[in-house]
Amino acid sequence: MAEKIETEFYDAPSKGGYFGEYGGRFVAETLTHALNELSDLYDKAQRDPQFKREFHHDLNHFVGRPTSLYFAKRFTGLLGGAKVYLKREDLNHTGAHKICNTVGQALLAKRMGKPRVIAETGAGQHGVATATIAARLGLECDVYMGAEDVKRQSLNVYRMKLMGANVIPVSSGSRTLKDALNEAMRDWVTNVDNTHYIIGTVAGPHPYPMIVRDFASVIGQEARAQMLEREGRLPDTVVACVGGGSNAMGIFYPFVNDSSVSLVGVEAGGNGLQTGEHAAPLNEGKVGVLHGNRTYLMCDDDGQINETHSISAGLDYPGVGPEHAHLKDIGRATYSSATDVEAMEAFRMMNKSEGILAALETSHALAWVVKNAPAMKESEIILVNLSGRGDKDILTVAEIDGITL
Amino acid sequence: MSSASDQSRLTKTFTELRRNKSKALVSFITVGDPSLDHTLECLQGLVEGGVDILELGIPFSDPEAEGPSIQAANERALKGGATLKDVLDQVKLFRKKNTDTPIVLMGYLNSIIAMSDFEKRASEAGVDGLIMVNLPPEEGEKIAQPLAAQSIDLIYLLAPTTTKERSKEIVEVASGFLYYVSLKGITGADHFDSVEVTRKVKELKELTDLPICVGFGIKDGETAKKIAPHADGIVVGSAFVDLVAKGGSPTEISARLKEKASELRVSIDSTKAP
Ligand SMILES: Cc1ncc(COP(=O)(O)O)c(C=O)c1O
Repeated sequence: MAEKIETEFYDAPSKGGYFGEYGGRFVAETLTHALNELSDLYDKAQRDPQFKREFHHDLNHFVGRPTSLYFAKRFTGLLGGAKVYLKREDLNHTGAHKICNTVGQALLAKRMGKPRVIAETGAGQHGVATATIAARLGLECDVYMGAEDVKRQSLNVYRMKLMGANVIPVSSGSRTLKDALNEAMRDWVTNVDNTHYIIGTVAGPHPYPMIVRDFASVIGQEARAQMLEREGRLPDTVVACVGGGSNAMGIFYPFVNDSSVSLVGVEAGGNGLQTGEHAAPLNEGKVGVLHGNRTYLMCDDDGQINETHSISAGLDYPGVGPEHAHLKDIGRATYSSATDVEAMEAFRMMNKSEGILAALETSHALAWVVKNAPAMKESEIILVNLSGRGDKDILTVAEIDGITL
Repeated sequence: MSSASDQSRLTKTFTELRRNKSKALVSFITVGDPSLDHTLECLQGLVEGGVDILELGIPFSDPEAEGPSIQAANERALKGGATLKDVLDQVKLFRKKNTDTPIVLMGYLNSIIAMSDFEKRASEAGVDGLIMVNLPPEEGEKIAQPLAAQSIDLIYLLAPTTTKERSKEIVEVASGFLYYVSLKGITGADHFDSVEVTRKVKELKELTDLPICVGFGIKDGETAKKIAPHADGIVVGSAFVDLVAKGGSPTEISARLKEKASELRVSIDSTKAP
């Protein structure tokens, strides 16, 4: 499990779950008790070497960690600037970084003696990761998914079912990820005695943003050590895409106190920030409260949550983890965006230059690299979180290319 | 002690009810459902039917704690274009004709964050209390002060999972009344356990003199009858909202609501102590 980074410089969240002025616990009263229980249990688990052993055992033997740090030589050559390293989270079992968090949380559910887990999912990656670990640990598993997404992501839906999970389509609201999250909260409020809710990103009420970050930060811990071994120094820039922000927090967190390393998050620019059709709350949102925490959101003047747009379902979310809101405000990280078109270009370049099929989410981080690496010195190093593989996106891409498979 | 004339509407209502050995009937509907043209008449129908306190839902895109009935009400109201400003306008309209019935707004925090000066505007419109579903007391401190300055009660929820220790803390900061959520679940659920609710309400009564209203899962006279003798009020939401959902003109819907309210009123009053 993640080591707590304890320094005077950075020690978020506070006891009440605040990252600066973001985060907190804005939930219906019924859930407060369960969240207190989860906080206490997590606190104990963190100090328990046995829990740490179980977590790392599953990461090593079931998930296949550590993942490699790969120098993308031809991609670097093509761009003609900074050296680009990829942290290969696509090589994880089930194909994305999401599994690290679900393994950790499923072990917590076991400890709490809860026989059932639930999850929300957009693209289906977190749903698949949850269904996978539930099968491995013999837990009952229900996954909430927007009715629109069930249609768009039929492969992952079937994959979850094959592993014994129940996929429940959500037809309320905009029928996408945010509504799946609402429905999962409603389930949890009803079945809180026997159910653990495995939130899939660094959002939700405290302690979720902290727990998910800690489990995901195995990514940054490995990458930091690997980079020191390979290059004898830290990277100049760490880049990751930001949906809810778990893969980004996972790789940023172990570098937060390394002031020489700049941290860059890339949000979904959709059809362009100026069109309003995007999913970039850190770039264009306002501060509000949704899904249990205070953060930047895409909402209108009446506080209604806006529908978002992105080519990648995994980034198509109107909020963002509160720790990113904090890192933005204190200037420790910067947040940029990439449009659908830019992400597609980067996706194609990565395929052809390296033989790596990146997820469309990940391709947003790659788009930042394509744009910025050429202006950087050859002696500089960029570390990219290659958060997942794009097998799940092949149908979407084929459709864009006008091909029916 | 304040004199009777500057008592809040909520205090006056509960004092009056206690004097008559009666219990409050609290209704919930969403403002602007199905359209803003319906709301005023619906509220009047509810009061004519015997409702003592009106709870008005602020339409929100992501009502996390609501069941299917009230979710659909929110969607209908938003489709009709209802905003928080409209909610306050409806309260103003209602207050032109009725200055006695307390009005409590219920909703989600993001709605009121989006309106600058919400407390002042709500008070001017004639709002008496506020229930924020996703605002536990730990997070409530910041808005409690400005609300109190405008004489608006911040009403907190207590749940079956709320420990006794925590209940003690909540009653310390609560005002207006306490809202006991009678089941683990969402609005409109149907796994209501009246024995357990009664036990819990009795326990709370030992901690506070504030009135306690019980809601979530009370749909009919039968259930209301079981709870009324032990609590200070009964909150009925989804059952009213389902009647709105049947559609029709403002007059038709209002008549339906009035009939249901009268039925509940009779059930509650039938349990009156002699
Ligand atoms: C490969 C991949 N990357 C990134 C994301 C976005 O989530 P987060 O921002 O929490 O990392 C997802 C979500 O489904 C994903 O599947």
